[in-house]
Amino acid sequence: MIASLKRADNLATMAPAARKAEAALTFDHVTVRFDDYTAVADASITVGDGEFVSIVGPTGCGKSTLLNVAAGLLEPTAGDISVYGKSLEGLNRQAGYLFQADALMPWRTALSNVTAGLEYRRMAPKDAEELGRKWLARVGLNGHHERFPHQLSGGMRKRVALAQTLIMDPKIILMDEPFSALDVQTRVLMENELLALWMADKKSVMFITHDLEEAISLSDRVIILSAGPGTHPIAEFVIDLPRPRDVSEVRMTPRFVELHHHIWETMREEVLKAYERNQHKLAD
Amino acid sequence: MSEISTSLPTSAVATPRRRPVKKAGLPSRGTMVALQIALLFAAFATWFALVKLKILPVFFFGDPVLVLQQIVDWVVTGEVFVHLATTLIETILGFLIGIAFGVAGGVWLGLSPLTAALLDPYIKAFNAMPRVVLGPIFIVWFGLGITSKVVLGVTLVFFVVFFNVFQGVREVSPVVLANARMLGANRSQLLRTVYIPSAMSWVFSSLHMSVGMAFVGAVIGEYLGSSRGIGYLILQAESTFDVNAVFAGILVLTVFALLLDTSVTLVERRLIVGRPT
Ligand SMILES: Nc1ncnc2c1ncn2[C@@H]1O[C@H](COP(=O)(O)OP(=O)(O)O)[C@@H](O)[C@H]1O
Ligand SMILES: [Mg+2]
Repeated sequence: MIASLKRADNLATMAPAARKAEAALTFDHVTVRFDDYTAVADASITVGDGEFVSIVGPTGCGKSTLLNVAAGLLEPTAGDISVYGKSLEGLNRQAGYLFQADALMPWRTALSNVTAGLEYRRMAPKDAEELGRKWLARVGLNGHHERFPHQLSGGMRKRVALAQTLIMDPKIILMDEPFSALDVQTRVLMENELLALWMADKKSVMFITHDLEEAISLSDRVIILSAGPGTHPIAEFVIDLPRPRDVSEVRMTPRFVELHHHIWETMREEVLKAYERNQHKLAD
Repeated sequence: MSEISTSLPTSAVATPRRRPVKKAGLPSRGTMVALQIALLFAAFATWFALVKLKILPVFFFGDPVLVLQQIVDWVVTGEVFVHLATTLIETILGFLIGIAFGVAGGVWLGLSPLTAALLDPYIKAFNAMPRVVLGPIFIVWFGLGITSKVVLGVTLVFFVVFFNVFQGVREVSPVVLANARMLGANRSQLLRTVYIPSAMSWVFSSLHMSVGMAFVGAVIGEYLGSSRGIGYLILQAESTFDVNAVFAGILVLTVFALLLDTSVTLVERRLIVGRPT
Protein backbone atom coordinates (compact mmCIF):
# COMPACT_ATOMS: atom_id res chain seq x y z
CA MET A 1 0.00 0.00 0.00
CA ILE A 2 2.69 2.40 1.04
CA ALA A 3 4.83 1.40 -1.91
CA SER A 4 2.07 2.07 -4.42
CA LEU A 5 1.32 5.44 -2.86
CA LYS A 6 4.94 6.37 -3.14
CA ARG A 7 5.05 5.36 -6.78
CA ALA A 8 1.98 7.44 -7.63
CA ASP A 9 3.56 10.36 -5.86
CA ASN A 10 6.75 10.01 -7.84
CA LEU A 11 4.96 9.90 -11.14
CA ALA A 12 2.95 12.99 -10.34
CA THR A 13 5.92 15.07 -9.32
CA MET A 14 8.23 13.94 -12.08
CA ALA A 15 8.44 16.00 -15.22
CA PRO A 16 7.25 14.08 -18.29
CA ALA A 17 10.55 14.71 -20.06
CA ALA A 18 12.54 13.30 -17.17
CA ARG A 19 10.36 10.20 -17.11
CA LYS A 20 10.86 9.63 -20.78
CA ALA A 21 14.62 9.72 -20.44
CA GLU A 22 14.60 7.17 -17.61
CA ALA A 23 15.92 3.77 -18.69
CA ALA A 24 13.49 0.87 -18.39
CA LEU A 25 16.08 -1.37 -16.76
CA THR A 26 19.41 -0.47 -15.22
CA PHE A 27 21.75 -3.15 -13.91
CA ASP A 28 24.23 -1.31 -11.75
CA HIS A 29 27.33 -3.43 -11.03
CA VAL A 30 25.23 -6.53 -10.41
CA THR A 31 26.89 -9.63 -8.97
CA VAL A 32 25.07 -12.91 -8.41
CA ARG A 33 26.65 -15.70 -6.42
CA PHE A 34 25.17 -19.17 -5.93
CA ASP A 35 26.85 -20.67 -2.88
CA ASP A 36 30.49 -20.60 -3.98
CA TYR A 37 29.82 -20.15 -7.71
CA THR A 38 29.82 -16.60 -9.03
CA ALA A 39 27.49 -16.69 -12.03
CA VAL A 40 27.43 -12.97 -12.79
CA ALA A 41 30.12 -10.53 -11.72
CA ASP A 42 29.92 -6.77 -11.82
CA ALA A 43 27.53 -6.55 -14.76
CA SER A 44 26.22 -3.14 -15.79
CA ILE A 45 23.55 -3.11 -18.48
CA THR A 46 20.85 -0.66 -19.43
CA VAL A 47 17.75 -1.18 -21.49
CA GLY A 48 16.37 2.16 -22.57
CA ASP A 49 12.69 3.05 -22.58
CA GLY A 50 11.25 1.56 -25.75
CA GLU A 51 14.51 -0.07 -26.69
CA PHE A 52 14.94 -3.60 -27.98
CA VAL A 53 18.10 -5.07 -26.48
CA SER A 54 19.39 -8.57 -27.10
CA ILE A 55 21.78 -10.36 -24.80
CA VAL A 56 23.94 -12.98 -26.45
CA GLY A 57 26.25 -15.34 -24.63
CA PRO A 58 27.39 -18.95 -24.50
CA THR A 59 25.17 -21.54 -22.84
CA GLY A 60 25.39 -21.56 -19.06
CA CYS A 61 27.01 -18.16 -18.82
CA GLY A 62 24.27 -16.55 -16.75
CA LYS A 63 21.77 -15.09 -19.19
CA SER A 64 18.73 -16.52 -17.41
CA THR A 65 20.21 -15.38 -14.12
CA LEU A 66 20.36 -11.80 -15.37
CA LEU A 67 16.75 -11.99 -16.52
CA ASN A 68 15.66 -13.35 -13.15
CA VAL A 69 17.31 -10.37 -11.53
CA ALA A 70 15.43 -8.02 -13.87
CA ALA A 71 12.16 -9.79 -13.02
CA GLY A 72 12.79 -9.40 -9.31
CA LEU A 73 12.71 -13.16 -8.84
CA LEU A 74 16.35 -13.19 -7.79
CA GLU A 75 18.01 -10.60 -5.60
CA PRO A 76 21.54 -9.72 -6.66
CA THR A 77 24.29 -10.58 -4.18
CA ALA A 78 25.77 -7.16 -4.80
CA GLY A 79 24.84 -4.17 -6.93
CA ASP A 80 21.44 -2.79 -7.76
CA ILE A 81 18.72 -3.20 -10.35
CA SER A 82 16.38 -0.31 -11.03
CA VAL A 83 13.23 -0.06 -13.11
CA TYR A 84 12.44 3.34 -14.59
CA GLY A 85 14.89 4.87 -12.16
CA LYS A 86 13.43 3.21 -9.07
CA SER A 87 15.45 0.60 -7.24
CA LEU A 88 13.56 -2.68 -7.59
CA GLU A 89 12.12 -4.28 -4.48
CA GLY A 90 10.25 -7.55 -4.81
CA LEU A 91 8.76 -8.55 -8.14
CA ASN A 92 9.04 -6.30 -11.15
CA ARG A 93 5.36 -5.44 -11.65
CA GLN A 94 5.98 -3.64 -14.91
CA ALA A 95 7.54 -6.62 -16.61
CA GLY A 96 6.22 -9.65 -18.41
CA TYR A 97 8.50 -12.68 -18.38
CA LEU A 98 8.60 -15.37 -21.02
CA PHE A 99 10.48 -18.21 -19.33
CA GLN A 100 12.97 -20.45 -21.03
CA ALA A 101 11.47 -23.59 -19.47
CA ASP A 102 7.85 -24.70 -19.86
CA ALA A 103 5.85 -22.50 -17.52
CA LEU A 104 2.25 -23.21 -18.55
CA MET A 105 -0.11 -24.66 -15.99
CA PRO A 106 -0.56 -28.27 -17.13
CA TRP A 107 -4.08 -28.45 -15.66
CA ARG A 108 -5.39 -25.52 -17.69
CA THR A 109 -6.38 -25.39 -21.34
CA ALA A 110 -4.51 -23.14 -23.75
CA LEU A 111 -7.22 -20.49 -23.51
CA SER A 112 -7.41 -20.53 -19.76
CA ASN A 113 -3.62 -20.39 -19.54
CA VAL A 114 -3.63 -17.30 -21.72
CA THR A 115 -6.27 -15.59 -19.60
CA ALA A 116 -4.68 -16.53 -16.25
CA GLY A 117 -3.11 -13.11 -15.74
CA LEU A 118 -6.36 -11.33 -16.57
CA GLU A 119 -8.08 -13.54 -14.03
CA TYR A 120 -5.53 -12.49 -11.41
CA ARG A 121 -6.30 -8.93 -12.38
CA ARG A 122 -10.00 -9.74 -11.83
CA MET A 123 -11.13 -8.89 -15.33
CA ALA A 124 -14.67 -10.07 -16.05
CA PRO A 125 -14.42 -13.67 -17.33
CA LYS A 126 -16.32 -12.87 -20.52
CA ASP A 127 -14.01 -10.02 -21.49
CA ALA A 128 -10.96 -12.05 -20.55
CA GLU A 129 -12.08 -14.92 -22.72
CA GLU A 130 -12.71 -12.66 -25.68
CA LEU A 131 -9.27 -11.11 -25.37
CA GLY A 132 -7.74 -14.54 -24.86
CA ARG A 133 -9.28 -15.81 -28.11
CA LYS A 134 -7.93 -12.79 -29.92
CA TRP A 135 -4.44 -13.47 -28.62
CA LEU A 136 -4.53 -17.16 -29.43
CA ALA A 137 -5.48 -16.25 -32.97
CA ARG A 138 -2.65 -13.78 -33.06
CA VAL A 139 -0.08 -16.43 -32.21
CA GLY A 140 -1.62 -18.74 -34.81
CA LEU A 141 -3.40 -21.13 -32.48
CA ASN A 142 -6.98 -20.80 -33.64
CA GLY A 143 -8.87 -23.98 -32.92
CA HIS A 144 -6.55 -25.11 -30.15
CA HIS A 145 -8.32 -23.26 -27.35
CA GLU A 146 -9.43 -26.32 -25.45
CA ARG A 147 -6.19 -28.25 -25.79
CA PHE A 148 -4.14 -28.91 -22.70
CA PRO A 149 -0.40 -28.17 -22.79
CA HIS A 150 0.56 -31.83 -23.05
CA GLN A 151 -1.60 -32.06 -26.17
CA LEU A 152 0.40 -29.30 -27.86
CA SER A 153 3.84 -29.48 -29.43
CA GLY A 154 6.75 -27.67 -27.81
CA GLY A 155 6.47 -24.84 -30.33
CA MET A 156 2.74 -24.45 -29.77
CA ARG A 157 3.26 -24.34 -26.02
CA LYS A 158 5.80 -21.57 -26.49
CA ARG A 159 3.27 -19.59 -28.50
CA VAL A 160 0.64 -20.03 -25.79
CA ALA A 161 3.19 -18.77 -23.28
CA LEU A 162 3.91 -15.79 -25.51
CA ALA A 163 0.21 -14.90 -25.68
CA GLN A 164 -0.06 -15.43 -21.92
CA THR A 165 2.69 -12.88 -21.28
CA LEU A 166 1.80 -10.29 -23.90
CA ILE A 167 -1.93 -10.23 -23.15
CA MET A 168 -1.00 -8.47 -19.91
CA ASP A 169 0.38 -5.58 -21.95
CA PRO A 170 3.55 -5.19 -19.86
CA LYS A 171 5.76 -2.14 -20.37
CA ILE A 172 8.87 -4.27 -20.18
CA ILE A 173 9.15 -7.67 -21.81
CA LEU A 174 11.77 -10.13 -20.62
CA MET A 175 12.26 -13.02 -23.00
CA ASP A 176 14.50 -16.01 -22.41
CA GLU A 177 15.38 -17.77 -25.67
CA PRO A 178 11.69 -17.72 -26.59
CA PHE A 179 11.91 -18.95 -30.14
CA SER A 180 14.63 -21.59 -29.93
CA ALA A 181 12.02 -24.38 -29.80
CA LEU A 182 10.17 -23.21 -32.91
CA ASP A 183 10.54 -24.45 -36.46
CA VAL A 184 12.05 -21.96 -38.91
CA GLN A 185 8.81 -20.77 -40.52
CA THR A 186 6.95 -20.26 -37.25
CA ARG A 187 10.00 -18.65 -35.83
CA VAL A 188 10.18 -15.98 -38.53
CA LEU A 189 6.44 -15.43 -38.18
CA MET A 190 6.70 -14.95 -34.44
CA GLU A 191 9.75 -12.72 -34.71
CA ASN A 192 7.94 -10.44 -37.14
CA GLU A 193 4.86 -10.46 -34.94
CA LEU A 194 7.01 -9.52 -31.95
CA LEU A 195 8.58 -6.65 -33.86
CA ALA A 196 5.16 -5.40 -34.96
CA LEU A 197 3.90 -5.46 -31.40
CA TRP A 198 6.97 -3.73 -30.14
CA MET A 199 6.76 -1.04 -32.84
CA ALA A 200 3.07 -0.48 -32.15
CA ASP A 201 3.50 0.58 -28.54
CA LYS A 202 7.21 0.86 -27.97
CA LYS A 203 7.72 -1.66 -25.26
CA SER A 204 11.14 -2.13 -23.74
CA VAL A 205 12.47 -5.56 -24.52
CA MET A 206 15.31 -7.52 -22.99
CA PHE A 207 15.75 -10.48 -25.27
CA ILE A 208 18.00 -13.42 -24.47
CA THR A 209 19.23 -15.63 -27.25
CA HIS A 210 22.23 -17.68 -28.23
CA ASP A 211 21.46 -17.04 -31.90
CA LEU A 212 23.45 -14.05 -33.10
CA GLU A 213 21.47 -13.66 -36.34
CA GLU A 214 18.23 -13.51 -34.42
CA ALA A 215 19.72 -10.93 -32.06
CA ILE A 216 20.89 -8.67 -34.89
CA SER A 217 17.74 -8.89 -36.95
CA LEU A 218 15.49 -7.95 -34.02
CA SER A 219 17.44 -5.50 -31.90
CA ASP A 220 18.45 -1.90 -31.51
CA ARG A 221 21.44 -3.03 -29.52
CA VAL A 222 23.21 -6.36 -29.01
CA ILE A 223 25.16 -7.03 -25.83
CA ILE A 224 27.72 -9.82 -25.77
CA LEU A 225 28.40 -11.59 -22.49
CA SER A 226 31.63 -13.25 -21.50
CA ALA A 227 31.71 -16.94 -20.69
CA GLY A 228 31.08 -17.84 -17.04
CA PRO A 229 31.94 -17.90 -14.23
CA GLY A 230 31.83 -14.24 -13.38
CA THR A 231 29.88 -13.33 -16.49
CA HIS A 232 29.72 -9.68 -17.49
CA PRO A 233 29.14 -7.77 -20.74
CA ILE A 234 32.25 -7.58 -22.89
CA ALA A 235 30.98 -5.69 -25.90
CA GLU A 236 27.90 -4.02 -27.23
CA PHE A 237 26.88 -3.12 -30.74
CA VAL A 238 24.33 -0.64 -31.97
CA ILE A 239 22.32 -2.20 -34.78
CA ASP A 240 21.55 0.60 -37.20
CA LEU A 241 19.47 -1.44 -39.64
CA PRO A 242 16.45 0.58 -40.76
CA ARG A 243 13.01 -0.14 -39.37
CA PRO A 244 10.45 -1.48 -39.91
CA ARG A 245 12.33 -4.68 -40.56
CA ASP A 246 11.32 -7.99 -41.97
CA VAL A 247 13.49 -10.44 -40.08
CA SER A 248 14.00 -12.79 -43.00
CA GLU A 249 14.69 -10.05 -45.55
CA VAL A 250 16.97 -7.99 -43.36
CA ARG A 251 19.35 -10.93 -43.14
CA MET A 252 20.12 -10.59 -46.86
CA THR A 253 21.25 -6.97 -46.63
CA PRO A 254 24.98 -6.13 -46.84
CA ARG A 255 24.86 -4.11 -43.64
CA PHE A 256 23.51 -7.14 -41.77
CA VAL A 257 26.30 -9.34 -43.09
CA GLU A 258 28.84 -6.73 -42.13
CA LEU A 259 27.47 -6.40 -38.58
CA HIS A 260 27.26 -10.14 -38.21
CA HIS A 261 30.84 -10.59 -39.28
CA HIS A 262 32.05 -7.87 -36.97
CA ILE A 263 30.20 -9.18 -33.91
CA TRP A 264 31.09 -12.77 -34.61
CA GLU A 265 34.79 -11.90 -34.58
CA THR A 266 34.40 -10.54 -31.05
CA MET A 267 32.32 -13.46 -29.93
CA ARG A 268 34.58 -16.11 -31.32
CA GLU A 269 37.32 -15.29 -28.85
CA GLU A 270 34.85 -15.74 -25.99
CA VAL A 271 33.52 -18.99 -27.38
CA LEU A 272 37.05 -20.30 -27.75
CA LYS A 273 37.87 -19.24 -24.21
CA ALA A 274 34.84 -21.10 -22.88
CA TYR A 275 35.67 -24.11 -24.99
CA GLU A 276 39.23 -24.26 -23.72
CA ARG A 277 38.06 -23.97 -20.16
CA ASN A 278 35.71 -26.89 -20.70
CA GLN A 279 38.49 -28.95 -22.22
CA HIS A 280 40.55 -28.25 -19.12
CA LYS A 281 37.70 -29.34 -16.92
CA LEU A 282 37.33 -32.55 -18.88
CA ALA A 283 41.06 -33.17 -18.68
CA ASP A 284 41.15 -32.74 -14.89
CA MET B 1 11.60 -29.67 -24.98
CA SER B 2 12.40 -31.48 -28.19
CA GLU B 3 9.72 -31.60 -30.83
CA ILE B 4 9.94 -35.32 -31.22
CA SER B 5 9.40 -36.32 -27.64
CA THR B 6 6.59 -33.82 -27.08
CA SER B 7 4.70 -34.61 -30.24
CA LEU B 8 4.26 -38.23 -29.23
CA PRO B 9 1.39 -37.70 -26.77
CA THR B 10 -0.32 -35.38 -29.27
CA SER B 11 -0.44 -38.06 -31.90
CA ALA B 12 -1.70 -40.52 -29.31
CA VAL B 13 -4.56 -38.15 -28.54
CA ALA B 14 -5.40 -37.38 -32.13
CA THR B 15 -5.60 -40.97 -33.34
CA PRO B 16 -7.93 -43.57 -31.89
CA ARG B 17 -6.28 -45.53 -29.15
CA ARG B 18 -4.20 -48.21 -30.67
CA ARG B 19 -4.13 -51.58 -29.07
CA PRO B 20 -0.71 -52.82 -28.19
CA VAL B 21 0.61 -55.34 -30.64
CA LYS B 22 -0.53 -58.81 -29.63
CA LYS B 23 2.17 -60.59 -27.74
CA ALA B 24 3.19 -63.92 -29.19
CA GLY B 25 1.78 -66.88 -27.27
CA LEU B 26 -1.03 -65.03 -25.50
CA PRO B 27 -4.58 -66.01 -26.49
CA SER B 28 -7.08 -63.36 -27.55
CA ARG B 29 -8.99 -61.32 -25.00
CA GLY B 30 -12.21 -63.31 -25.41
CA THR B 31 -10.43 -66.61 -24.86
CA MET B 32 -8.70 -65.16 -21.83
CA VAL B 33 -11.99 -64.09 -20.21
CA ALA B 34 -13.44 -67.55 -20.93
CA LEU B 35 -10.41 -69.13 -19.27
CA GLN B 36 -10.73 -66.82 -16.28
CA ILE B 37 -14.39 -67.76 -15.83
CA ALA B 38 -13.49 -71.41 -16.19
CA LEU B 39 -10.89 -70.95 -13.45
CA LEU B 40 -13.57 -69.51 -11.16
CA PHE B 41 -15.83 -72.50 -11.82
CA ALA B 42 -12.97 -74.86 -11.22
CA ALA B 43 -12.27 -73.24 -7.87
CA PHE B 44 -15.93 -73.61 -6.86
CA ALA B 45 -16.00 -77.19 -8.11
CA THR B 46 -12.87 -78.06 -6.12
CA TRP B 47 -14.34 -76.45 -3.05
CA PHE B 48 -17.57 -78.38 -3.60
CA ALA B 49 -15.77 -81.68 -4.16
CA LEU B 50 -13.47 -81.29 -1.14
CA VAL B 51 -16.43 -80.60 1.12
CA LYS B 52 -18.63 -83.35 -0.33
CA LEU B 53 -15.81 -85.90 -0.08
CA LYS B 54 -15.44 -84.80 3.58
CA ILE B 55 -11.79 -83.92 3.04
CA LEU B 56 -12.71 -80.48 4.41
CA PRO B 57 -15.16 -80.26 7.31
CA VAL B 58 -18.34 -78.59 6.06
CA PHE B 59 -18.86 -76.93 9.44
CA PHE B 60 -15.81 -74.71 8.91
CA PHE B 61 -15.69 -74.45 5.16
CA GLY B 62 -19.36 -74.29 4.24
CA ASP B 63 -21.07 -75.61 1.15
CA PRO B 64 -20.64 -73.52 -2.00
CA VAL B 65 -24.13 -74.38 -3.18
CA LEU B 66 -25.63 -73.15 0.06
CA VAL B 67 -23.40 -70.08 -0.05
CA LEU B 68 -24.74 -69.16 -3.49
CA GLN B 69 -28.24 -70.02 -2.30
CA GLN B 70 -27.76 -67.58 0.57
CA ILE B 71 -26.67 -64.81 -1.81
CA VAL B 72 -29.67 -65.44 -4.06
CA ASP B 73 -31.93 -65.36 -1.00
CA TRP B 74 -30.49 -62.03 0.10
CA VAL B 75 -31.01 -60.53 -3.31
CA VAL B 76 -34.50 -61.98 -3.82
CA THR B 77 -35.75 -60.85 -0.43
CA GLY B 78 -33.99 -57.55 -0.94
CA GLU B 79 -32.43 -57.90 2.48
CA VAL B 80 -28.91 -57.28 1.20
CA PHE B 81 -29.62 -53.91 -0.35
CA VAL B 82 -30.06 -51.95 2.84
CA HIS B 83 -26.69 -53.30 3.96
CA LEU B 84 -25.04 -52.51 0.65
CA ALA B 85 -26.45 -49.00 0.73
CA THR B 86 -25.21 -48.44 4.27
CA THR B 87 -21.68 -49.59 3.50
CA LEU B 88 -21.68 -47.56 0.29
CA ILE B 89 -22.75 -44.39 2.07
CA GLU B 90 -20.15 -44.89 4.79
CA THR B 91 -17.46 -45.48 2.19
CA ILE B 92 -18.38 -42.43 0.12
CA LEU B 93 -18.61 -40.14 3.13
CA GLY B 94 -15.33 -41.41 4.59
CA PHE B 95 -13.70 -40.98 1.21
CA LEU B 96 -14.95 -37.43 0.54
CA ILE B 97 -14.37 -36.08 4.03
CA GLY B 98 -10.98 -37.78 4.21
CA ILE B 99 -9.98 -36.16 0.92
CA ALA B 100 -11.18 -32.74 2.04
CA PHE B 101 -9.20 -32.91 5.28
CA GLY B 102 -6.21 -34.48 3.55
CA VAL B 103 -6.06 -31.73 0.93
CA ALA B 104 -6.52 -28.98 3.50
CA GLY B 105 -3.89 -30.44 5.84
CA GLY B 106 -1.46 -31.22 3.02
CA VAL B 107 -1.69 -27.75 1.50
CA TRP B 108 -1.41 -26.07 4.87
CA LEU B 109 1.65 -27.97 6.03
CA GLY B 110 3.15 -27.95 2.54
CA LEU B 111 3.08 -24.16 2.60
CA SER B 112 4.29 -23.66 6.16
CA PRO B 113 7.55 -25.52 6.68
CA LEU B 114 7.69 -24.34 10.30
CA THR B 115 4.41 -26.02 11.25
CA ALA B 116 5.38 -29.06 9.22
CA ALA B 117 8.65 -29.38 11.12
CA LEU B 118 6.86 -28.89 14.44
CA LEU B 119 4.20 -31.51 13.78
CA ASP B 120 6.49 -33.94 12.00
CA PRO B 121 7.01 -36.52 14.79
CA TYR B 122 3.29 -36.56 15.63
CA ILE B 123 2.26 -37.06 12.04
CA LYS B 124 4.77 -39.87 11.72
CA ALA B 125 3.49 -41.47 14.93
CA PHE B 126 -0.14 -41.22 13.84
CA ASN B 127 0.67 -42.68 10.48
CA ALA B 128 2.70 -45.53 11.95
CA MET B 129 -0.07 -46.44 14.37
CA PRO B 130 -2.47 -49.09 13.01
CA ARG B 131 -5.41 -46.74 13.09
CA VAL B 132 -7.90 -49.57 13.01
CA VAL B 133 -7.34 -49.85 16.78
CA LEU B 134 -9.11 -46.51 17.08
CA GLY B 135 -12.31 -48.23 15.89
CA PRO B 136 -13.58 -49.25 19.36
CA ILE B 137 -12.95 -45.74 20.69
CA PHE B 138 -14.86 -44.20 17.79
CA ILE B 139 -17.74 -46.55 18.49
CA VAL B 140 -17.76 -45.45 22.12
CA TRP B 141 -17.62 -41.81 21.06
CA PHE B 142 -19.93 -41.82 18.06
CA GLY B 143 -22.20 -44.80 18.67
CA LEU B 144 -23.22 -47.74 16.53
CA GLY B 145 -24.55 -45.61 13.68
CA ILE B 146 -22.68 -44.66 10.52
CA THR B 147 -20.74 -41.79 12.12
CA SER B 148 -18.19 -44.04 13.80
CA LYS B 149 -17.54 -45.89 10.53
CA VAL B 150 -17.16 -42.68 8.57
CA VAL B 151 -14.73 -41.29 11.14
CA LEU B 152 -12.65 -44.46 10.99
CA GLY B 153 -12.63 -44.25 7.18
CA VAL B 154 -11.64 -40.59 7.37
CA THR B 155 -8.62 -41.31 9.57
CA LEU B 156 -7.51 -43.96 7.09
CA VAL B 157 -8.08 -41.89 3.94
CA PHE B 158 -6.68 -38.72 5.46
CA PHE B 159 -3.10 -39.90 5.68
CA VAL B 160 -3.00 -41.32 2.17
CA VAL B 161 -4.22 -38.03 0.74
CA PHE B 162 -2.32 -35.87 3.19
CA PHE B 163 1.09 -37.29 2.33
CA ASN B 164 0.42 -37.10 -1.39
CA VAL B 165 -0.79 -33.50 -1.24
CA PHE B 166 2.03 -32.47 1.09
CA GLN B 167 4.50 -33.88 -1.40
CA GLY B 168 2.60 -32.33 -4.32
CA VAL B 169 2.64 -28.86 -2.80
CA ARG B 170 6.34 -29.05 -2.06
CA GLU B 171 7.11 -30.20 -5.56
CA VAL B 172 5.10 -27.63 -7.48
CA SER B 173 7.17 -26.67 -10.49
CA PRO B 174 9.14 -23.55 -9.50
CA VAL B 175 8.84 -22.22 -13.05
CA VAL B 176 5.05 -22.55 -13.09
CA LEU B 177 4.99 -20.81 -9.74
CA ALA B 178 7.31 -18.00 -10.82
CA ASN B 179 5.26 -17.58 -14.00
CA ALA B 180 2.01 -17.23 -12.06
CA ARG B 181 3.64 -14.70 -9.75
CA MET B 182 4.93 -12.69 -12.71
CA LEU B 183 1.41 -12.73 -14.14
CA GLY B 184 0.31 -10.99 -10.96
CA ALA B 185 -1.10 -13.77 -8.76
CA ASN B 186 -1.33 -12.89 -5.09
CA ARG B 187 -1.02 -15.47 -2.31
CA SER B 188 -4.59 -16.69 -2.33
CA GLN B 189 -4.67 -16.78 -6.13
CA LEU B 190 -1.48 -18.83 -6.13
CA LEU B 191 -3.11 -21.22 -3.68
CA ARG B 192 -6.25 -21.53 -5.77
CA THR B 193 -4.73 -21.69 -9.24
CA VAL B 194 -1.35 -23.34 -8.67
CA TYR B 195 -0.92 -25.17 -5.38
CA ILE B 196 -4.33 -26.83 -5.13
CA PRO B 197 -4.63 -27.96 -8.77
CA SER B 198 -1.09 -29.28 -8.58
CA ALA B 199 -1.92 -31.11 -5.36
CA MET B 200 -5.12 -32.48 -6.90
CA SER B 201 -3.20 -34.34 -9.55
CA TRP B 202 -1.46 -36.14 -6.70
CA VAL B 203 -4.83 -36.88 -5.11
CA PHE B 204 -5.97 -38.46 -8.37
CA SER B 205 -2.94 -40.70 -8.37
CA SER B 206 -4.03 -42.08 -5.00
CA LEU B 207 -7.74 -42.33 -5.74
CA HIS B 208 -7.89 -46.13 -5.75
CA MET B 209 -6.04 -46.41 -2.50
CA SER B 210 -8.21 -43.76 -0.85
CA VAL B 211 -11.45 -45.47 -1.84
CA GLY B 212 -10.02 -48.78 -0.66
CA MET B 213 -9.14 -47.22 2.69
CA ALA B 214 -12.60 -45.72 3.12
CA PHE B 215 -14.09 -49.13 2.36
CA VAL B 216 -11.84 -50.86 4.88
CA GLY B 217 -12.79 -48.27 7.48
CA ALA B 218 -16.48 -48.82 6.84
CA VAL B 219 -16.36 -52.62 6.99
CA ILE B 220 -14.05 -52.81 10.02
CA GLY B 221 -16.27 -50.30 11.77
CA GLU B 222 -19.29 -52.47 11.04
CA TYR B 223 -17.44 -55.52 12.28
CA LEU B 224 -16.68 -53.83 15.55
CA GLY B 225 -20.27 -52.88 16.23
CA SER B 226 -23.18 -51.88 14.05
CA SER B 227 -26.75 -52.64 13.16
CA ARG B 228 -26.42 -52.39 9.38
CA GLY B 229 -23.93 -52.88 6.57
CA ILE B 230 -22.18 -55.81 4.95
CA GLY B 231 -19.75 -56.06 7.83
CA TYR B 232 -22.75 -56.39 10.11
CA LEU B 233 -24.19 -59.14 7.90
CA ILE B 234 -20.99 -61.13 8.31
CA LEU B 235 -20.75 -60.38 12.01
CA GLN B 236 -24.29 -61.61 12.55
CA ALA B 237 -23.71 -64.81 10.60
CA GLU B 238 -20.57 -65.44 12.58
CA SER B 239 -22.36 -65.13 15.88
CA THR B 240 -24.83 -67.85 14.82
CA PHE B 241 -22.03 -70.05 13.41
CA ASP B 242 -23.64 -69.82 9.98
CA VAL B 243 -20.46 -70.31 8.00
CA ASN B 244 -22.30 -70.30 4.67
CA ALA B 245 -23.64 -66.83 5.35
CA VAL B 246 -20.16 -65.67 6.37
CA PHE B 247 -18.75 -66.83 3.04
CA ALA B 248 -21.72 -65.32 1.23
CA GLY B 249 -21.02 -62.02 2.97
CA ILE B 250 -17.36 -62.18 1.99
CA LEU B 251 -18.28 -62.83 -1.64
CA VAL B 252 -20.72 -59.92 -1.69
CA LEU B 253 -18.02 -57.77 -0.13
CA THR B 254 -15.53 -58.76 -2.81
CA VAL B 255 -17.90 -58.07 -5.67
CA PHE B 256 -18.79 -54.75 -4.08
CA ALA B 257 -15.12 -53.80 -3.77
CA LEU B 258 -14.54 -54.73 -7.40
CA LEU B 259 -17.47 -52.59 -8.55
CA LEU B 260 -16.22 -49.72 -6.42
CA ASP B 261 -12.77 -49.96 -7.93
CA THR B 262 -14.19 -50.11 -11.45
CA SER B 263 -16.29 -47.01 -10.88
CA VAL B 264 -13.21 -45.19 -9.57
CA THR B 265 -11.44 -46.12 -12.78
CA LEU B 266 -14.35 -44.69 -14.78
CA VAL B 267 -14.42 -41.46 -12.77
CA GLU B 268 -10.66 -41.22 -13.09
CA ARG B 269 -10.82 -41.48 -16.86
CA ARG B 270 -13.29 -38.63 -17.00
CA LEU B 271 -11.34 -36.40 -14.63
CA ILE B 272 -7.86 -37.12 -15.84
CA VAL B 273 -8.59 -36.23 -19.45
CA GLY B 274 -6.36 -33.29 -20.13
CA ARG B 275 -4.14 -33.86 -17.16
CA PRO B 276 -0.70 -35.25 -17.56
CA THR B 277 -0.21 -38.28 -15.41
N1 LIG C 1 19.71 -21.58 -8.44
C1 LIG C 1 20.97 -21.86 -8.80
N2 LIG C 1 21.81 -22.45 -7.93
C2 LIG C 1 23.09 -22.72 -8.27
N3 LIG C 1 23.63 -22.45 -9.47
C3 LIG C 1 22.84 -21.87 -10.39
C4 LIG C 1 21.47 -21.55 -10.11
N4 LIG C 1 20.93 -20.98 -11.22
C5 LIG C 1 21.91 -20.95 -12.13
N5 LIG C 1 23.06 -21.48 -11.65
C6 LIG C 1 24.34 -21.58 -12.36
O1 LIG C 1 24.65 -20.33 -12.88
C7 LIG C 1 25.15 -20.43 -14.19
C8 LIG C 1 24.33 -19.60 -15.14
O2 LIG C 1 23.05 -20.17 -15.30
P1 LIG C 1 21.98 -19.58 -16.31
O3 LIG C 1 21.74 -18.16 -15.97
O4 LIG C 1 20.80 -20.47 -16.28
O5 LIG C 1 22.74 -19.71 -17.71
P2 LIG C 1 22.19 -19.44 -19.18
O6 LIG C 1 20.78 -18.98 -19.10
O7 LIG C 1 23.11 -18.40 -19.75
O8 LIG C 1 22.33 -20.72 -19.95
C9 LIG C 1 25.17 -21.90 -14.54
O9 LIG C 1 26.48 -22.39 -14.36
C10 LIG C 1 24.24 -22.52 -13.54
O10 LIG C 1 24.66 -23.82 -13.22
MG1 LIG D 1 19.15 -19.88 -19.77
